[in-house]
Amino acid sequence: MNRKIAVIGGGAAGLEASSALTSLGFRVVLVEKEDETGGHIKNWHALFPNRRPGVEVLDALRSKLGSDVELFSGKTVTEIKPVNDRFELSSADGWKTEADAVLLTTGFSLFNARKKEEYGYGIYDNVITSAELESAFSTGKIAMKSGEQPKRIGFVHCVGSRDEKVGNIYCSKVCCVTAVKQAIEIKQYLPDCEVFCFYMDMRMFGRHYEELYKEAQEKYYIQFIRGRLSESTEDHTGKIILKVEDTLLGKPLKIGVDMLVLMVGMEPAEITKNLGTQLGLVSDSDRFLVSTDQHISANISEIPGLFFAGTCTGPKNIADTLADARSAALAIAGYFDNNHNKS
Amino acid sequence: MTFDIFVIPFFGGLLFLLAVLFIRFTAWLATLDKSGRKKLGHGLLNGQIFPATWEVFMESLLHRRMFKQNKLLGFMHMSFAFGWFLLIVLGNLESRIYSGGHVNPPYYPIFLKFFVHDKRTLPFELYTLPGFFRFIMDFVLLFILSGLVLALIKRVRSKWFGMKRTTQHSRFDKWAITSLWLIFPLRLLAESFTAGAYQGGGFLTNTLGTFFAAFLPVEYLYYPAWWAYSTALGVFFVTLPWSRYMHIPTEVLLIYLRHFGIKTGKKPDSFSEIEIYSCPRCGVCIDVCQMNSAGRTSSTPAYFLRSLRYGNPDDEQNANCMLCGRCHEVCPVQIDTLAIRIAARYEDNKLLVPSFKYLDQFDPSDTTADILYFAGCMGHLTPAVKKAMLKILTASGERFSFMDEDGSVCCGRPLLLAGLHEAAAELIRKNTDLITRSGAKTFVTSCPICYKVFNEEYKLPGVEILHHSQYLLRLVESGKIKVNNTGITAVYHDPCELGRGSKIYNEPRWLLDRMVTINKTEQERENSLCCGGSVGDLSMNHTERNVIRDEALKVLLASEPDILVTACPLCKKTFDNGTETVVMDIAEVVSERLQPASKTELSAAVEIAG
Amino acid sequence: MSGAVEKVRFGFSVNKDRQIDYDANLKNVSDIVQKAEPTFNLCISCGTCASTCTAGKFTDFSLRKVILMVRRGETKGLENEITKCMLCGKCQLVCPRGVSTRNLILQIHKALKTGAL
Ligand SMILES: Cc1cc2nc3c(=O)[nH]c(=O)nc-3n(C[C@H](O)[C@H](O)[C@H](O)COP(=O)(O)OP(=O)(O)OC[C@H]3O[C@@H](n4cnc5c(N)ncnc54)[C@H](O)[C@@H]3O)c2cc1C
Ligand code: SF4
Ligand code: SF4
Ligand code: SF4
Ligand code: SF4
Ligand code: SF4
Repeated sequence: MNRKIAVIGGGAAGLEASSALTSLGFRVVLVEKEDETGGHIKNWHALFPNRRPGVEVLDALRSKLGSDVELFSGKTVTEIKPVNDRFELSSADGWKTEADAVLLTTGFSLFNARKKEEYGYGIYDNVITSAELESAFSTGKIAMKSGEQPKRIGFVHCVGSRDEKVGNIYCSKVCCVTAVKQAIEIKQYLPDCEVFCFYMDMRMFGRHYEELYKEAQEKYYIQFIRGRLSESTEDHTGKIILKVEDTLLGKPLKIGVDMLVLMVGMEPAEITKNLGTQLGLVSDSDRFLVSTDQHISANISEIPGLFFAGTCTGPKNIADTLADARSAALAIAGYFDNNHNKS
Repeated sequence: MTFDIFVIPFFGGLLFLLAVLFIRFTAWLATLDKSGRKKLGHGLLNGQIFPATWEVFMESLLHRRMFKQNKLLGFMHMSFAFGWFLLIVLGNLESRIYSGGHVNPPYYPIFLKFFVHDKRTLPFELYTLPGFFRFIMDFVLLFILSGLVLALIKRVRSKWFGMKRTTQHSRFDKWAITSLWLIFPLRLLAESFTAGAYQGGGFLTNTLGTFFAAFLPVEYLYYPAWWAYSTALGVFFVTLPWSRYMHIPTEVLLIYLRHFGIKTGKKPDSFSEIEIYSCPRCGVCIDVCQMNSAGRTSSTPAYFLRSLRYGNPDDEQNANCMLCGRCHEVCPVQIDTLAIRIAARYEDNKLLVPSFKYLDQFDPSDTTADILYFAGCMGHLTPAVKKAMLKILTASGERFSFMDEDGSVCCGRPLLLAGLHEAAAELIRKNTDLITRSGAKTFVTSCPICYKVFNEEYKLPGVEILHHSQYLLRLVESGKIKVNNTGITAVYHDPCELGRGSKIYNEPRWLLDRMVTINKTEQERENSLCCGGSVGDLSMNHTERNVIRDEALKVLLASEPDILVTACPLCKKTFDNGTETVVMDIAEVVSERLQPASKTELSAAVEIAG
Repeated sequence: MSGAVEKVRFGFSVNKDRQIDYDANLKNVSDIVQKAEPTFNLCISCGTCASTCTAGKFTDFSLRKVILMVRRGETKGLENEITKCMLCGKCQLVCPRGVSTRNLILQIHKALKTGAL
């Protein structure tokens, strides 16, 4: 008999897991709340570290979905109920299905930058988020509210990450390298624009990331200032005045920029939290879902037959997300093998 | 017979107590500071005695404020205090009947039933004087005993008394409380046994006496019972000055001195000591203190004052208090726990001498303006409030200057709250100079912490100090700005320093009422909760503060309002990090609902801005 | 056969005043402060406190630096430095690590007064 697996969330993790599961011989129901699959990557114009178009990766992932994957888009799963070794799922609009196992690939949400009021997002015209800058790259138009081209841009790292005050103590992992990537892209669009990155630590953990950092210094003269932004104000000309301490020099630094980009971090999606509470899943103090063992069984939940993949268990880049998704597919296969052997 | 050796424990105890009280009270009054002594002199002369005496009657005897807290609790305290008072007064009158009117030794009325066995009247002979007294004395005893029963019940069922937690007692308290609780049952037994042996007694003691006489050798028992009664009284009197019951005499003194205008100052002094001794550890403050949620019960006033009294407050108790004022609001004795805490911090931080000599170097240009707007240190971390204020001020057409646009000198309140008032005075001096030089007539601040200190500690003759909620209401009422009502629902949070701290409860509500529908919450105005972000507390960490914040949010957002409105940058920041509901300052609400001014008004505004 | 080491002084030993002599420095202030305000340990030297600092507007006061100096035992002259803080609490509001900065400042001040003996 062909087992049926429900995959909740059609982002990078969901897409990759679906195709992996079908190649292992499972039937897959893939449910996506948006009209289109792809998750956050849909909004990423170009990807680090090599600045290839995000759509390229998505196309590759989508094209791997075979006919054994039944895709339901525009459906938000709001209820998952374990019933005798199986699961009943239903969506907000009353759609229902059943499955032998469930894989949660519900992903992450972006930090709401308004919560850092002192940074001026939603208050000053030219304060935007990294995600908004990504959209601006897609349209090819990098401009201030007035329509003018910015002459100086500041990137603020760790907005909504590594910050107890907003309740997120963890590092979002991808934003340092995203800032470097976006800084380079700015220079490519606007060679005369000065670019500053304000960071606490440069976390260049992935392959080719440090090289990207070096490229940013070597080819684009991007300036990296070690100091975390405390507050910004807008002067009468609309310039945003930043206050940071240049910690390496040990002096407060005041600098005016035309545009401020906030590197918003990753948070567990609200919907993931709701499903988690419903199912009685444990979440960590960081509110991401918790697997039975961080190293050995990262994809396995406390509930038999329920699995996790991707950023619903914490910040990841695409490569890690995809690897995690494939590993989840193997964990699911293992689960049925074990069950089979037992009975 | 007017003497028996058993009266000695009582009489000795009483004399001892009076001597101790005399010494203590004299020492306190003698060490009042100069202004205190002056106020004492004035107060004694200018008729303050009368309202003070009235308050003593209402509070020390009837426990009116305690009644307001909880009826049962009030009754319990009243039955003890007022009952005992009546017992003494009526007992004295009663004793005159038998002593032919001349003055009796103090123990005589107390042990009257031992000395006098009145067999002439029947227990229910209410129409004769002795009969009436016998009835009333028994009745009062019963009244006190009912309070005792309640006190026993409170030990196990404190919830019925509106309290989740009751105060834990110290060793002295245990001696005192045991003897206190024994006094009235022993009196009942002594009087009943005596009535059983010799008749006499009222409806209660006579009935009980007859009942006991049926199966007990009451004629042998009554004498030891009088001994026990006297001993219990003696023990109580001797332990009283070291137990919490010292509050009984001290509170009377406190009430008088308070009526004379004496207050706890910035440093611990003899008046603050009187306040400390006046705390009965009733524990009413324990439950209202939100530090409980952070597991910091030992810093609540009942325990803090106890530590101070026994001379061993730990640093943590001094540092740990948000100075939110909730406890002061409910305290039946109205002890100024906040001032006492700050004074204790003064002691703690005495060695520290911040110095702001560096401020002398900067010398701003003398620009003038009618209105000064001061965002305050914290206000710079809530730019939405700043921006809203600037937009409104510009629209109003007033001639204003943004005093701390490029930074400021701290208002001094945070230093004051840490007990460092000499350092605070330096900042106050600097700011006073800046404001005076600007020639402004009105000073508007967005920060209630600043508002409180500018209002109370600064001497700025001719300058009106306003919180922005007051000022904005004025602008709307005078028609200088127009706002509309968008019909959304809002909950207003009273910031501690603005509400309890400065008694500004109405203006923000009147202002909001013109723009939104205000939902009521379970705890508002005087009872409003602290957001947890307070600069008053020096010791709680971020996680503990979050617990307090989240509990406050739960109460505030119970009605699921569209927005949560506050009027303090610190409250705003604190709440905003704890909820998805939109948190706004009242100035933002005004700014969003600001209606375009008519053409003439507009051109005036442009002129000013340009 | 073993030879004896001859010590020749070329004058390259680092000037005492320039280096942090961690071995020689007393860490007693640090120890006291750590106990009195445990969030002292949480600082990651991000500098947010120093950049928002009200006193930093007029002086070179940096809480971040003060914390590091205490940690390294470089407490000479700190007592004077710390008197500059106005205790306004802005730093506490912005600190990403939840350091209880106001109490920390008081505790450092106190430890410098009493502990450094
Ligand atoms: C600013 C930024 C830039 C980045 N740039 C890069 C980059 O250049 N290179 C790189 O390697 N990584 C990058 N990343 C990381 C990358 O975005 C993530 O690794 C990737 O998106 C994770 O995929 P996911 O499937 O786990 O989650 P998501 O992309 O969040 O996908 C989750 C999907 O699940 C759906 N969903 C959620 N709940 C439900 C439900 N209940 N029912 C139905 N559907 C649901 C969502 O609609 C969504 O489509 C970046 C991240 C950020 C924040
Ligand atoms: S990756 Fe960099 S910017 Fe992002 S949270 Fe971590 S340290 Fe901050
Ligand atoms: S401080 Fe006031 S409320 Fe608290 S125990 Fe004392 S008297 Fe009661
Ligand atoms: S002022 Fe507030 S925090 Fe302090 S003891 Fe009273 S209720 Fe508790
Ligand atoms: S803001 Fe906090 S973590 Fe950053 S340097 Fe200051 S104390 Fe340290
Ligand atoms: S409390 Fe002191 S160190 Fe902190 S911001 Fe204010 S002046 Fe600076």
